[in-house]
Amino acid sequence: MAKNNRLMKIIIIIVFIPICLISVIPLWTIFVASFTQDKAIADYGYQLWFKAFSLEAYEYLFVNPDLIVDAYLISIIVTSIGTVLGVFFMSMLAYTMAHRKFKLAKGLGFYVLIPMLFSSGVVPYYILVTQYLHLKNTIWILIFPYLINPFSIMILRSNFRRLPQSLFEAAELDGAGEFQRFFKIALPLSIPTMATIALFSAITYWNDMYQALLFIDKQNLYPLPYLLYRMIFEHNIIQEAAQYTGIITPYQSVRMAVAVLSLIPELFLFMFAQRFFIRGITLGALKGE
Amino acid sequence: MKGTKRKEHNLPLYIMALPGILIIAIFSYLPMPGIILAFKDYDFSNGVFGSRWVGLENFKFFFESGVAWRLIRNTVGLNLLFMVTVQICAVFTALLLNEIYEYRIAKVYQSILFFPHVISWVIVGYFTYAFLETDTGLINNILFHFGIEKIAWYSEPKYWPAILNFISLWKGLGYFTIIYLAGMITIDQEYYEAIRVDGGNKWHEMRYVTLPFIKPLIYINVLLALGRVFYGNFDFFVNVVRNTGQILSTTDIIDTYVVRTLTVLGDFNMAAAAGLFQGVCGFIVLLISNWIIRRFDSESALF
Repeated sequence: MAKNNRLMKIIIIIVFIPICLISVIPLWTIFVASFTQDKAIADYGYQLWFKAFSLEAYEYLFVNPDLIVDAYLISIIVTSIGTVLGVFFMSMLAYTMAHRKFKLAKGLGFYVLIPMLFSSGVVPYYILVTQYLHLKNTIWILIFPYLINPFSIMILRSNFRRLPQSLFEAAELDGAGEFQRFFKIALPLSIPTMATIALFSAITYWNDMYQALLFIDKQNLYPLPYLLYRMIFEHNIIQEAAQYTGIITPYQSVRMAVAVLSLIPELFLFMFAQRFFIRGITLGALKGE
Repeated sequence: MKGTKRKEHNLPLYIMALPGILIIAIFSYLPMPGIILAFKDYDFSNGVFGSRWVGLENFKFFFESGVAWRLIRNTVGLNLLFMVTVQICAVFTALLLNEIYEYRIAKVYQSILFFPHVISWVIVGYFTYAFLETDTGLINNILFHFGIEKIAWYSEPKYWPAILNFISLWKGLGYFTIIYLAGMITIDQEYYEAIRVDGGNKWHEMRYVTLPFIKPLIYINVLLALGRVFYGNFDFFVNVVRNTGQILSTTDIIDTYVVRTLTVLGDFNMAAAAGLFQGVCGFIVLLISNWIIRRFDSESALF
């Protein structure tokens, strides 16, 4: 029996090797293509191994940094401002919603919930942003829409509810005001949850191209994912960056190189913050607790 | 906590809630009156409320254009296909990983499987192209290698439900596996021992302990997905399908249609009608699914 069990476990371990390979091979293909001669991609197609190894795509980006520097900066600014502000705003709101003495707490619960139930669609939103808020072609439209996430608020609220009330009562007796109790007690005790929320926020911002697709048509305001998206259809985006250099533009491999460069921060985030990801998913799944 | 009844006591709480309230008000509530656009012939110069009222005209156009049925079929059909595939595979994957959870390698596998979840859809679109492009694509290269004729993937609509389903599985498997695995880890070992004492094998353990325990989780995930069955993932479809005309018959969903109608054709009326139709259907389905969730596990219900 015990021997059988061990055999089964070994089989499971082996079965997962190809499954995990399928998870990473697609990204590996992009990585390989970014280090391949552009001409080789056209001649031999995409490969799983370096057939005509070349740094030309990266050299090209190094010589023509304009192509990605702006987009990289926009993505970094949007992601950092959005994540910091968002986590701050959401924590404050969730704190009041978890507060026992706050009369609005229950009403706020519904207020946050209703937008999750009904979406008025893209057209009213599009007209609001362009005709009334005048946020088209501004960096703010990339930041504002994702500041508040209802699911994150629910997670934060149950986090604040779980904090020991006695600490707050003691602080109140010591004369600490509401702000002090929030900043000095609630926040420090909620760092793991806030880190989790921040991580999900950061990924949302870093990956999003929807707002840019709707509202940004100035290339210097493109975030990275949208630049990548435009590069699919418009070769001249890559070419314009090269107009002074006169070399032949390696379209395919440059695109893949930009894709790889956009993945690097995400890869680091993922490696260092995995446990927060897993925490976040389980918190979300067991939101009622 | 017995509160003193002084009024200024709550002021800091109002201040703290304010930024969040404002953001939600502007970006979630302010667009809502705009749904009347679905009943109007929108004209920039007259604004939302000044535009001419046309009643159900926009809906009539939308349903008579012939695309409405196709959009509903694709959106709902693909969502159901994705849901069934991902949930079955995730439960199965979690069951297997649970068996080897005592080894570190299980956590490594879990992380690798989850990694696709954080990748942006643009990147997914990039490698889909690298795999499926007719002349340079990896798949066709491999087919060619084995003497099989190349397939023009991007002009064959019949393959796309399967392709999209595979991509959705690739991206979602790790996420749901983590949810199920988290549920399995909390199961008390005593139950397994009881099965073993009765002479049960691994199969019995899964069948009579693990599966019954994670059943509520499965129901919740299925119902949550059902509640969103009218909403497609715009970023997914726009990046993977890339608005390729030949395959739109099986890949065009309400979300991509609305944005395309709005940004490419500039047809606000049709887009507004389709958007409102989606919102209302989505709302009804969500209420039903939430009502069901509530009935057997009120903790997991949205409201």
